[in-house]
Amino acid sequence: MTETGADKMWARLAAEDPARAARLQRGLKKRYAREGRFKLYGILAVSVAIGFLLLLLGRIIEQGHTAFYANQMTVQVYMDPARIDRAYPQGTNFQQMVAQQQLARLGETDDAQGTKATAYRLLISSELKFRAADLIRNDPSLIGRTVEITAPVSDEADLYYKGEITRETAAEQRRVSDEQMAWLDGLKRDGHVSTTFNAQLFTNGDSTEPELAGVLGAVVGSALMLLVTALIAIPLGVGAAVYLEEFSRKGRITDLIEVNINNLAAVPSIVYGLLGVALFINWMHLPRSSPLVGGLVLALMALPTIIIATRSALKAVPPSIREAALAMGASRTQTVFHHVLPLAMPGVMTGTIISMAHALGETAPLLLIGMVSFVPGIPGAIDEPAGALPSLVYIWENASERAFHERTAAAILVLLAFMIVMNAAAILLRRRFERRW
Amino acid sequence: MKLPFFRSPDGREGGGSADPTERRDESVLTPAPEAAGVMAGRVPEVKSPSAPAGPTKIAARDVSVFYGDKQALYDVSLDIPDKTVTAFIGPSGCGKSTFLRTMNRMNDTIQGCRVTGKILMDGQDINARSVDPVLLRAQVGMVFQKPNPFPKTIYENVAYGPRIHGLTTSKAELDGIVESSLKKAGLWDEVADRLHSPGTGLSGGQQQRLVIARAIAVNPEVILMDEPCSALDPIATARIEELIDELRERYCIVIVTHSMAQAARVSQRTAFFHMGRLVEHGNTEEIFTNPRERRTLDYITGRFG
Repeated sequence: MTETGADKMWARLAAEDPARAARLQRGLKKRYAREGRFKLYGILAVSVAIGFLLLLLGRIIEQGHTAFYANQMTVQVYMDPARIDRAYPQGTNFQQMVAQQQLARLGETDDAQGTKATAYRLLISSELKFRAADLIRNDPSLIGRTVEITAPVSDEADLYYKGEITRETAAEQRRVSDEQMAWLDGLKRDGHVSTTFNAQLFTNGDSTEPELAGVLGAVVGSALMLLVTALIAIPLGVGAAVYLEEFSRKGRITDLIEVNINNLAAVPSIVYGLLGVALFINWMHLPRSSPLVGGLVLALMALPTIIIATRSALKAVPPSIREAALAMGASRTQTVFHHVLPLAMPGVMTGTIISMAHALGETAPLLLIGMVSFVPGIPGAIDEPAGALPSLVYIWENASERAFHERTAAAILVLLAFMIVMNAAAILLRRRFERRW
Repeated sequence: MKLPFFRSPDGREGGGSADPTERRDESVLTPAPEAAGVMAGRVPEVKSPSAPAGPTKIAARDVSVFYGDKQALYDVSLDIPDKTVTAFIGPSGCGKSTFLRTMNRMNDTIQGCRVTGKILMDGQDINARSVDPVLLRAQVGMVFQKPNPFPKTIYENVAYGPRIHGLTTSKAELDGIVESSLKKAGLWDEVADRLHSPGTGLSGGQQQRLVIARAIAVNPEVILMDEPCSALDPIATARIEELIDELRERYCIVIVTHSMAQAARVSQRTAFFHMGRLVEHGNTEEIFTNPRERRTLDYITGRFG
């Protein structure tokens, strides 16, 4: 119906002035074409962006998913009274002992230097030693008996089981010999190897041994650091913005301050790191590598962003609300805290979320204040040495053990998950604020 | 309950003539005899012909307002009587809103704004150092052009003023103030069952009445209205006008309006502003039927403006 209507309209136009109708029709066609082209550019841009994102995520997941499960071996351990010191069980070389017992079970004879036992020992994680020592400490009567112990295989053995190292890999590029592969195959064939979820990745701190390394220390470090950052940057930033926007007399000085804040937001983060070293560590003597110093530096970095976002959120509150409150006899402070700031809250939260997410992923300043050092424990307070997730990624990526590479990707995934959880919480909070009004 | 704000030294309320220097220019109010016939049928009909009911509430003397270097108002002197509706009319940018805002010192909130001259409320200079603008605004309520309820519940909107000024001591007392304010504003019947739903969910006219209820909840003496109906439809406008007429019995009301008909309908006194100057003022009936100034006649008959 509209078709015929439009056709009729064109027919009438053409009857009145054919040249004008043709010109109109050409112009219309061009206009629609331009609109279509513009839409196409938009779709292309969005698809490219999504494509890259998927590529990045896909690559990380592909590289990292293997870190989330690990292979364990179950072995019979004869607690040899000749080798175990009752008073100091953890001094025993359990790995060597187990390796020799395993070789004996296979009926292999070792040379005088124990070359084969050493090679077998490299397939067993030092976790086995800790577990065996724990068992004996809890129950010394186990000495002289045979106990079944389950422990992770070593990182190289794990890589073999995961198919990252195969017999086809050139010999000089792998650290697992054909002989070791045969032993591993044997273990698996006899059902002594089980594949389980790698819980240690989430319960352990960093370690020099990949199969024992976990992200918990870095997660706690990052969380403590962000806590410090949030506690300092949010009140300070919001307060400064409220003062500048609502209370200060606009003039040359506020202009100068505004320009400086905008410039500070663009200062490279490594410069903030240098400032942190000079100010917090060298001058104030705060503990190096601690979440306290990290949080302080990140707070300095986050401040300009929070101030700018808060100011623009305050500017967006309609002046009629301020007038209404002032005309009711509310003081300036009451006006701001009863009406203006609550209305600006969603905008303030958005700015805060962005700056916190930024702070979480920031690495450069952490390099300077010593948060890239190897910290095996899990920090318990903000003044204890700690790592952070981005610096853990940096450390693991640079590690020589190949098994750390899959863990690097896993750490990146954990970092992303941390960020998503944090942002989701903040968005939920913001929603709540929005609904109240 | 009144705020312990300023009173005339002798304790009289609304004794505008307490200032002995005040000069009353009665001649201004005397209507000029000519031109009455010329305008018949062309000017809006005056519906509230009664003369001012109260004594002078606010007396402005040589008030000038500057925004930076620009002067917006030139030497305005005007008496505003109590228990009366005074309308300010004039073309856009003529200074009527600026003058209105000097009466509760809302111009203080604009950076670079300067007010000279004297504004006396009950004989007391409201620009004096000893007068707290916050307390002044509790006595001089204001209603704006666009309804601007707080984005809170209806109850919270009305309760806000009494709360910040500490006027009530109990929840029951506050409830009472909210109810009586909403009743005075003619909104109670419409919102009694949804006091705790958002005030921004009301219609424009209801919002404006809510804002009026909010203003009268602190029991002010003066209510300033800056084009309160310009964003409303004719029915809502009629309700607000009725309300203004009812409120006149208790308050001194000053209303800025662009609608000549509205000025004629609701006000007893009218002041005409042009180019930042007060051109003419007097009883509404006289201004509309028998203006002394040519410019006033031109404006109210729609020849410019």
